[in-house]
Amino acid sequence: MKYSIFSLARAALSGHKNWQRTWRDATPKDRYDVVIIGGGGHGLATAWFLASEYGVRNVAVLEKGWIGSGNAGRNTTIIRSNYGLPGNTGFYELSMKLWERMEQDLNYNSMVSQRGVINLYHSDAQRDAYARRGNTMRINGIDAELLDLAAVKKMMPFLNFDNARFPVQGGLLQRRGGTARHDAVVWGYAHAASGLGVDIIQNCEVTGFVRDANGKVTGVETSRGRIGAGKVGMAVAGSSSRVADMAGLRLPIESHVLQAFVSEAIKPLIPNVMTFGAGHFYVSQSDKGGLVFGGDIDGYNSYAQRGNMPVMEDVCEGGMALMPMIGRVRLLRQWGGIMDMSMDGSPIIDKTPVDGLYLNAGWCYGGFKATPGSGFVFAHLLARDTPHEEAARFRLDRFRTGAMIDEKGQGAQPNLH
Amino acid sequence: MRIVCPFCGERELGEFTYLGDAKPVRPAADAGEDAVFDYVYLRDNIAGVMNENWYHGGGCRAWLKVTRNTLTHEISAVEPAPGAGAAKVDA
Repeated sequence: MKYSIFSLARAALSGHKNWQRTWRDATPKDRYDVVIIGGGGHGLATAWFLASEYGVRNVAVLEKGWIGSGNAGRNTTIIRSNYGLPGNTGFYELSMKLWERMEQDLNYNSMVSQRGVINLYHSDAQRDAYARRGNTMRINGIDAELLDLAAVKKMMPFLNFDNARFPVQGGLLQRRGGTARHDAVVWGYAHAASGLGVDIIQNCEVTGFVRDANGKVTGVETSRGRIGAGKVGMAVAGSSSRVADMAGLRLPIESHVLQAFVSEAIKPLIPNVMTFGAGHFYVSQSDKGGLVFGGDIDGYNSYAQRGNMPVMEDVCEGGMALMPMIGRVRLLRQWGGIMDMSMDGSPIIDKTPVDGLYLNAGWCYGGFKATPGSGFVFAHLLARDTPHEEAARFRLDRFRTGAMIDEKGQGAQPNLH
Repeated sequence: MRIVCPFCGERELGEFTYLGDAKPVRPAADAGEDAVFDYVYLRDNIAGVMNENWYHGGGCRAWLKVTRNTLTHEISAVEPAPGAGAAKVDA
């Protein structure tokens, strides 16, 4: 089905009782050209671009729960392309451009809101670092503005400008950054991919790989039976190590929990996405009025999908340092998602040493903004067997060859990225 | 999550710093590139019971070997970890 002003009016005038299902809940066929494991944003985006851009339509997306029940439904909805290193800069800008045309492409309202992302700086050294990053962005054709204190005061007069320890001095602003409605992104891709014939198969857990005599992956064993595949793509975020283990692969990945928080709804306060550079705190306000915010990962291996108190305390302290007046706003809910933290903080999109098996992993806690770009380049890899030029550096063997993309300069310590 | 330090007793998590999986052992200087690559970058990333190194920086400053379930955060054992990390403990 296609949404239009007439279909919306028709549904509204009939008391909202005649909305059609937006995607087919498919039953698995015996074989597909491409099977994608993981029905999150990345898996569904990959399926959509395979069908729409690369003409591969005999595709299935397998999801062990329901689509969007993993990290896609847990993240803090921020989109941006303010990266500084070769490899990241071009890729995230590709993704940003796909965000900007997503609603037209998918015929679905994913509520992309380019309200701006500002990274505040609090010291001369941090200003220099942000100036450098902003210059890198502009050299690469990405919008960036370095704001001084007066400009930040005008834009966000409610910040605590008297903080003796971390005084706000200015910020790096990307006006094209902002937020998108995370569930609608998943539903939009499912809606559009399903319309082009992609089978979205929910409640279908992959339990093993089918391999031929040469070791090539020729299908998957699932809780709904064996499904044959020409190629298998993994886009399973926090479960990357566990799924790769079924194919005998060890990955440069640790799984960690990242918490996020929502306050009760308040009147419109925060006009954009803000990050508190001194304490690693980020916040935006949802369209319903809740403050959506987060900070560091908990910092130890976890598959528990729930965090612990020290980080919660640290995040709330960051918020209070920036905006003391939110101290009486109540925390409505908190949740934790499992991040596949790579050893340099950057993603991996590559063929694996196992023939027929392709990997999309290591998004750390930056996967949401990458959703359309990730789908686009992973579909390219699956369809053409060569990496897309904007993802050519996201190699699995870059740790062995020394070609790391370490945006934070932290070394091989996943809990510091 | 609270950790029962063998020296200090039960303490809150904020006193401790995580180093990571206790299993990887630094290879010998002549062990070769593969061994170093494996040690620095590859991880078992266990979903279940795992032995980990933690540092009790907010207390006795000892390195500890913690046996913890990564699926539930349940801690089943905490022992001194002589030789782990930078500090040594005479256990």
